[in-house]
Amino acid sequence: MYNVEVQSGLSLGKYLVSVQKKRKQGKAKRNKLGKIPQFLVHNSKDNVGVVVVEDLEAGTKMLGVITEDDSTTNLSAKDDIPIGHKVALTDLKAGDTVIKYGEDVGVMTGRAKKGEHVHTHNLKTKKW
Amino acid sequence: MAKSKSKSKAKNGKSSNLKFHGWRRENGRVGVRNHVIILPLDDISNACCEAVANNIKGTLAIPHAYGRLQFGADLDLFFRTIIGTGSNPNVAAVVVVGIEEGWTQRVVDGIKKTGKPVTGFGIELHGDIDTIARASRQAKEYVQWASELEREECDISELWVSTKCGESDTTTGLGSCPTVGNMYDKLIPKGIHGVFGETSEITGGEHICRERAINKEIGDKWFKVWQAYQDEVIEAHKVDDLSDSQPTKGNIAGGLTTIEEKALGNLEKIGRSCRYIDVLEPAEAPTKGAGLYYMDTSSAAAECVTLMAAGGYVVHTFPTGQGNIIGNPILPVIKISANPRTVRTMSEHIDVDVTGILRREMTLDDAGDALIDMIVRTANGRFTAAEALGHREFVLTKLYRSA
Repeated sequence: MYNVEVQSGLSLGKYLVSVQKKRKQGKAKRNKLGKIPQFLVHNSKDNVGVVVVEDLEAGTKMLGVITEDDSTTNLSAKDDIPIGHKVALTDLKAGDTVIKYGEDVGVMTGRAKKGEHVHTHNLKTKKW
Repeated sequence: MAKSKSKSKAKNGKSSNLKFHGWRRENGRVGVRNHVIILPLDDISNACCEAVANNIKGTLAIPHAYGRLQFGADLDLFFRTIIGTGSNPNVAAVVVVGIEEGWTQRVVDGIKKTGKPVTGFGIELHGDIDTIARASRQAKEYVQWASELEREECDISELWVSTKCGESDTTTGLGSCPTVGNMYDKLIPKGIHGVFGETSEITGGEHICRERAINKEIGDKWFKVWQAYQDEVIEAHKVDDLSDSQPTKGNIAGGLTTIEEKALGNLEKIGRSCRYIDVLEPAEAPTKGAGLYYMDTSSAAAECVTLMAAGGYVVHTFPTGQGNIIGNPILPVIKISANPRTVRTMSEHIDVDVTGILRREMTLDDAGDALIDMIVRTANGRFTAAEALGHREFVLTKLYRSA
């Protein structure tokens, strides 16, 4: 939540309008993309990204941001993917190592083509 | 509402000369809450403690499940946790009740080292009703004394801030954990004490965590602790790859698939520049001065926070993805979330909303500053969501079965 100073002398109505204006300006300044990304990637070495919007449907042309350097990328979702779940950034097959945060996070046990859902049905831990 | 008395911000938005108002205890430590607790030595003293807390308004009973027939390292940990809880600077005074007077006195003597008022009562030879009466008279004196204690202005460096994440999902690694990391990157250089832990949950990132030690000796000490958890706890007892337990079902529902993935998100909590200066046993108090510490703990939220409170930490920062709702009786727990669905559907549980990070509307610096602001407000008295909702989970860590 942002701290916003109440300017003395303004009525409540005017105050709320000035808050909306500040927030819009703040938003425009910070989200230089102009729109909200559908997926985020930690590191340019990663082969999976994370869907960060709800109700993502197969067929959606997604905008992605690589958080390491705020660069952008694009990808078509081939599955319905729940918020927080992973999407393959490249074709993956059983036995492939999945890279996230630039590190080894597990091994594929099944297939996921670029844009498909990656989770417990096709990825498992290498530990334990 | 902007509170200007507690901080001054430089024009570029960076916080400088941060202050808060806390209670300075007899041993010099500063607390941000002023509890008078009725502390049972053992499970059979719970009923008496709860009756005392009911009689004397403004006191808090801390019932728990153990304290009988424990031995060895498990018993040591038990005493360290109970004594540490009473010694925490958020506690003004303590009434201890146990079934017999000997070990009750052991707890009293441990807490007495802080200089704070503490008295013990044994139930044997008296019975519940007489003990409730004696303990209530003492508790009343303590509460009336404590309620007149005044806060004083303190520098931010006097704050001990702990962290543990819970019900993580992939937004934890993207948003709420890096927010804590940004906070530590800013506040550790200002001289606070910090601590992180959750030993099983570093699995997959152990090579990274080892390197974040201040030197090789501490890194090796940490690695021994991590390896021991693998060998003695995980490998000794596992029947499968722990899926649904670690990561939990909630983690998995939120999109986390493997422990490696969870570990890397977890490690975001120590920021980019912090290094930990020592490795603590469960409930052990830090002794090497200001800096970031590692504590060997379970990943179970209430167990971990209970251990960190016993170690002396006074404010807790808790990133959550799917919505972990725990609190602690004496340690205010601040919840931070970057998951928009959680912030929408469980809004009453969240203190700091950093969902803007996912929308690229909020930078990590903004988020870290928002968390520092909430830490100061909490220190100055703002009830966290967990406190307002009455979450007081107090869970002892047990190493093995009782005799």
